[in-house]
Amino acid sequence: MTTVSTVTEPTLDRPARTRAPAGGRWREPLLGLLGLAIVVAVVEALPRLGVVNGRFLPPFSTMARALGSELATANFWTALGQTLGGWAAGLALAMIAGLVVGVIVGSVPFLRAVTASTVEFLRPIPSVALIPLVVLMYGSRPQSALVLVVYASFWQVLVQVLYGVADVDPVVRDTARSYRFSRWSIVRTVVWPTALPYVVTGFRLAAAVALILEITAELIIGVPGLGRSIGVAQSSGAVAQTYALVIVVGLIGVAVNASARAVERRVLRWHTSVRRDL
Amino acid sequence: MTDLPRRVLAALGLPIVLVALWWVLSAHSSSFFWPPLSEIVAAFPRTWTADPIMHDVLPSLARLAIGYLIALVAGVALGTAIGSFRTLRALCEPTLEFFRAVPPPVLIPVIALFAGYTGWTAKVITIALGCVWPILLNTVEGVRSLDEVLRDTARSYRFGRTSTLLQVVLRGSSPRIAAGARQALSIGVILMVISELFGANRGLGAAIVQFQRSFAVPQMWTGIILLGLIGVALSGLFRLVEHQTLAWYRGLRQAERGA
Repeated sequence: MTTVSTVTEPTLDRPARTRAPAGGRWREPLLGLLGLAIVVAVVEALPRLGVVNGRFLPPFSTMARALGSELATANFWTALGQTLGGWAAGLALAMIAGLVVGVIVGSVPFLRAVTASTVEFLRPIPSVALIPLVVLMYGSRPQSALVLVVYASFWQVLVQVLYGVADVDPVVRDTARSYRFSRWSIVRTVVWPTALPYVVTGFRLAAAVALILEITAELIIGVPGLGRSIGVAQSSGAVAQTYALVIVVGLIGVAVNASARAVERRVLRWHTSVRRDL
Repeated sequence: MTDLPRRVLAALGLPIVLVALWWVLSAHSSSFFWPPLSEIVAAFPRTWTADPIMHDVLPSLARLAIGYLIALVAGVALGTAIGSFRTLRALCEPTLEFFRAVPPPVLIPVIALFAGYTGWTAKVITIALGCVWPILLNTVEGVRSLDEVLRDTARSYRFGRTSTLLQVVLRGSSPRIAAGARQALSIGVILMVISELFGANRGLGAAIVQFQRSFAVPQMWTGIILLGLIGVALSGLFRLVEHQTLAWYRGLRQAERGA
């Protein structure tokens, strides 16, 4: 079973499966809720007790009220839509480009050898280095954010796909070749299932990175979206509103992480890393 | 050994071709955004003289280093504590998930509320706060997925608390810590740049945006290239350190795979 060792690499930062908790199955979620409640209580208490100036950190109830009135405005929902739309479009483009390039480059040894150094060089270039360029070219239009998002998440996907394609068991590939599988069926039945765990890992990493860059572009360049709303709220001194929007962005991040993990579990339900009975 | 020249050729071939293509294609470029590469190269030594290196580049890197080290120490310390105690972990997990999910650049307006955004402190705090989550969460995971047998063995051999912590817990989770530290490094570079884009500042990021605002396009390109080189150099440095410290782990993996 070579597949067992293959999953250790891409799942490095996946939480290990927990053993059965000692005090019933509700203990851990309840403790987690308690933890959140403590944080909320501390945020509520600090400004009320005067430990922290309420102008910098308003009590949680004030933030919640600001969030409530924010949810009632059309601007908020437009901004939310713009952020999520830009994120999804950039992520989709990066996934497609990363998959196509990764599978082609990964399956041809010559291309792989020739491009390795270039990939290693281009990947660590921080995408924010491109900010001045996209500002000159697109100003604060959504294209600016799109370029940054695609550039940053493309490498995440590409590198994982390359790992995945390289991980194909040579015996399996040679067997497929002996049986005269066509190139396409080798990709479909041998390369794809091996690479899939890596692809999904790439998707999960790229989804998080794409959100970071989308928000960054909105905040720094002024591309319309929640990030810009945060910048506007902060510079106009609407402190509670700033915190409320930061909370919203954090919740989006939680939702992105959770749904990426759900996708992972669903796509890989046949895989040894996800199946429970192994 | 015909292998070495071929490998060198494979490694350098495409980059050389790409740079040459850029050089040739942009040679007579009159486009405002894509000046000829020769012009960019010529602008490089003129732009990055001793003064901007002393007052922009080095301070930026120093802030990155301080913030990153704070995050590393705090993340490993907190992560080890949270990972070692089951109740504490259950208590903190959802909260940590939330803070991890907040895109780090959003911290900047929040920190700006407290400290303003001109001095070093605010920028270092931004970098440290952004970098700490991947390190912290990976340390928690690393400590938690430690081999029970190893722990029990250490106990049977009556390892003291300190040596268990150093030799078993930290050593055992170091591959995961390294994975988190690598993620944190790229976040740190991003934050180093954008923390300088807020307000009037000096620093590498601020300098590049200054070129862009004054439409000094070749100079702006030299800045982009310099940032890219710094990114590559930092990731190379990280690999070197990782290679040294995790040598035992690679050996172990190889042995396991070979078996």
